[in-house]
Amino acid sequence: MNSTKEKLLSKKLICYHCGDECPDDKIYIDDKIFCCNGCKSVFSILNNNDMCTYYSISNAPGINKKDENKRNYDFLDDPDVKTKFIDFRDDKISKALFTIPQMHCSSCIWILENLNKLDEDILSSQVNFLQKSLSVTYNNNTTLKKIVTLLDSIGYEPLLNLEEKRDSKNDKEFRKLYYKIGIAGFCFGNIMMLSFPEYLSISPQDSSGLDTLFNYLNIFLSIPVFFYSGSEYLISAYKSLKNKIVNIDVPIALGIIVLFLRSLIEIIFFSNAGYLDSMTGLIFFLLLGKLFQTKTYDALNFERNYKSYFPLGITIKKDNSETTIPVEKIEVGNRLIIRNGELIPVDSVLIKGNGTIDYSFVTGEALPIKKEQGEVIYAGGKQTGGAIEIESIKEISQSYLTRLWNNKIFSKQKEMNSISLANYISKYFTFIVLGLAIVSSVIWMFYDTNTAMNVFTAILIVACPCALALSTPFTSGNALRIMGRNNFYLRNVDLIEELTKITDIVFDKTGTLTVSGKSNIKYEGMELTKKKKILIKSAVRNSIHPLSKIIFDYLEGEYIITEKFDEIAGEGIYTEINGSTIKLGSLHHVDKEKFEFSGGSSVVHCSINDEYIGKFIIQNFYRDNLSDLAKELKEKYSIHVLSGDNKSELENLKKFFGNDSTYLFDQSPQNKLDYIAALQNVDKKVLMMGDGLNDAGALRQSNIGISISEDKSNFSPSCDGILEAKSFDLFTQFLNFAAYSKKIIIASFIISFVYNFFGLYFAISGNLTPILAAILMPISSISIVIFTTTGTNLYAKKRGLI
Amino acid sequence: MSVIIVLIGFSLLIAIIFLILFIRAVKSGQFDDKYTPSIRILFDDEPKKDKDKKHGSS
Repeated sequence: MNSTKEKLLSKKLICYHCGDECPDDKIYIDDKIFCCNGCKSVFSILNNNDMCTYYSISNAPGINKKDENKRNYDFLDDPDVKTKFIDFRDDKISKALFTIPQMHCSSCIWILENLNKLDEDILSSQVNFLQKSLSVTYNNNTTLKKIVTLLDSIGYEPLLNLEEKRDSKNDKEFRKLYYKIGIAGFCFGNIMMLSFPEYLSISPQDSSGLDTLFNYLNIFLSIPVFFYSGSEYLISAYKSLKNKIVNIDVPIALGIIVLFLRSLIEIIFFSNAGYLDSMTGLIFFLLLGKLFQTKTYDALNFERNYKSYFPLGITIKKDNSETTIPVEKIEVGNRLIIRNGELIPVDSVLIKGNGTIDYSFVTGEALPIKKEQGEVIYAGGKQTGGAIEIESIKEISQSYLTRLWNNKIFSKQKEMNSISLANYISKYFTFIVLGLAIVSSVIWMFYDTNTAMNVFTAILIVACPCALALSTPFTSGNALRIMGRNNFYLRNVDLIEELTKITDIVFDKTGTLTVSGKSNIKYEGMELTKKKKILIKSAVRNSIHPLSKIIFDYLEGEYIITEKFDEIAGEGIYTEINGSTIKLGSLHHVDKEKFEFSGGSSVVHCSINDEYIGKFIIQNFYRDNLSDLAKELKEKYSIHVLSGDNKSELENLKKFFGNDSTYLFDQSPQNKLDYIAALQNVDKKVLMMGDGLNDAGALRQSNIGISISEDKSNFSPSCDGILEAKSFDLFTQFLNFAAYSKKIIIASFIISFVYNFFGLYFAISGNLTPILAAILMPISSISIVIFTTTGTNLYAKKRGLI
Repeated sequence: MSVIIVLIGFSLLIAIIFLILFIRAVKSGQFDDKYTPSIRILFDDEPKKDKDKKHGSS
């Protein structure tokens, strides 16, 4: 990103703070130009505090501060709100944790960790870049409100929404895994060392009893591995057997237990070397595989609900002065001030100002809706345009948006109903191995009872599906990583395999196939002369209707300010400029003779002096590369498009997805959810791709819910994966990659079976020595790891994914 | 040969010390954030109040 900024630097005026282009060089300090006063003020704060190192670490690192509003953080003095951020507090100091999605470079880390230079009451601050979090320790002379105000003044406003505090459970899980790996690795290494005499086949006579000492030391070292590091496999196997399922952990646990018990018996009763090196090595490798597959995206949250969409504080008007209160404390009858881009948190009545509410996120309607004074505004919309004043008529817990979330689908845990390939195979694998062990030991009974017992255990040891268990985490884990590098973030590795089972893909329209807030405008009719353009532009300037705004932006040139203006709701506008009358709106409004049942609201007809000029057709702006993507997808999958919008876009959608796909319009969130449930009832595996709150239920219901986002730190509803919009065109690639990963998994299963046959040959013939087991097991594991990671990497390289 | 017993004891002792150090490192949170420290170490110390070279090059 920095290199593109540098390129621009040579030609255009670039803001010293944020790197955006400056309209002119009117805003400056010394020789440094700024795009807006916001950026300039951040620079002067830093300059006054000798903190310009900020600008030397990365080029133009700042965050654009065009919106100069001094936000009011009074609500942060509320004790309930404070507890959301404060981790620790005593008489003297407090510790608070913020999430700051804006941080993006090393300069950000530098400035956020040097906050104490800006405010001496801040004792220290520490960034976790991957989690985008900032932990601030401060003495109690200052307040949370002051710190947030300071952060906002330098462009790093923390995320202030209703979302619950991030729990540190995940960190603890991670630490536990490290402990387990550390202990397993330590014991594995030492047991290997102590088994050296055995490997070199030094006979017991030479070693004068040392071998017994070594063997007992091995037992001592293997106990923590068996009972601590390997405990999760034993517990998981026990749980699944209790539910009468045989998953991959069952044969592993069987192998571990047999290895351990047989080694104990060998050492204690027969003074032979056991298989403890194999057992500890096995657990060590399995845990490494686990570490590899628990790649998580710390900064992303897949469990978001409407609460993270809501702001934490809201401006209210009380006794003619403005203050902010926590959103949860809004009461019926409060006067709220909603500024441009702010969210309406509760169902309310519009009191003052012009409401142009963008509901695209909540309902899927592409165009903002105009609201008159006295009309009810439902929660969830965003005001676009000037500030409005509203009066709440409900409490937040009873608002429309909140109720949307009370669907029972959100209260139950999403379960993986399909069994992964490894678990499927291990079911048969376990029974075959057990059968083989029993049959061959029974046969051996006739010849030699001692060997029979040995053969029984040896088969269980050698068939322990270490390679089987490693192939999925390493293949899928690597695939997950590569996809993450291409801005497609999946929640966990199991989803890679799920992706290959998809039969149907359901798309939302607004914000998913189209880009929200962008529209394509087309003009049909008489040629627009310069004069006509000016007239039309002047006419639409007065109107606050969203379509008028789009037309205003579309037409270049000047405009004339006029007072003679009338707007008829639902019909159109009427303007007189310099003796010409201009009418814009529905066909009926423009020309009384003609009447048309409008197929959608996105056509604006126009006449000047009662002469019909032409029409503006406003269409959704589809994502780049949608046509290529659609072509590839419709060959393999059935495509469904569900839209909350009207059906004016049907023809355009058909161009992309053809006549065979299903198109449904005016779909409520519940409709979408039901549609997906209906598909699943006829045994379809559904992938849903959506973006807004209106898709949240459907995303949850689908087998895989993917939410598309312009910026991964933006709000996205709860889902299984987040796809950044810039990688939208790679989507089929990801699906193909998942299919290829599955092939690699199958191939590595075959490899591991080959090793097993080889081992079984020795086991059945009663020749499995500890040293053979100690060689065979690591070799099979390591070769599987190498095969799966290079396999996925090579494919990704060929397709340009890395 | 009995010297080997002593040596084994020593080697195990040293290995256990390393294990304890590793566990302490995990406990103190060194493995929680594996990215930020790599950047933090690259920041130069502030030049002490050098008014002439106020804001560095960019």
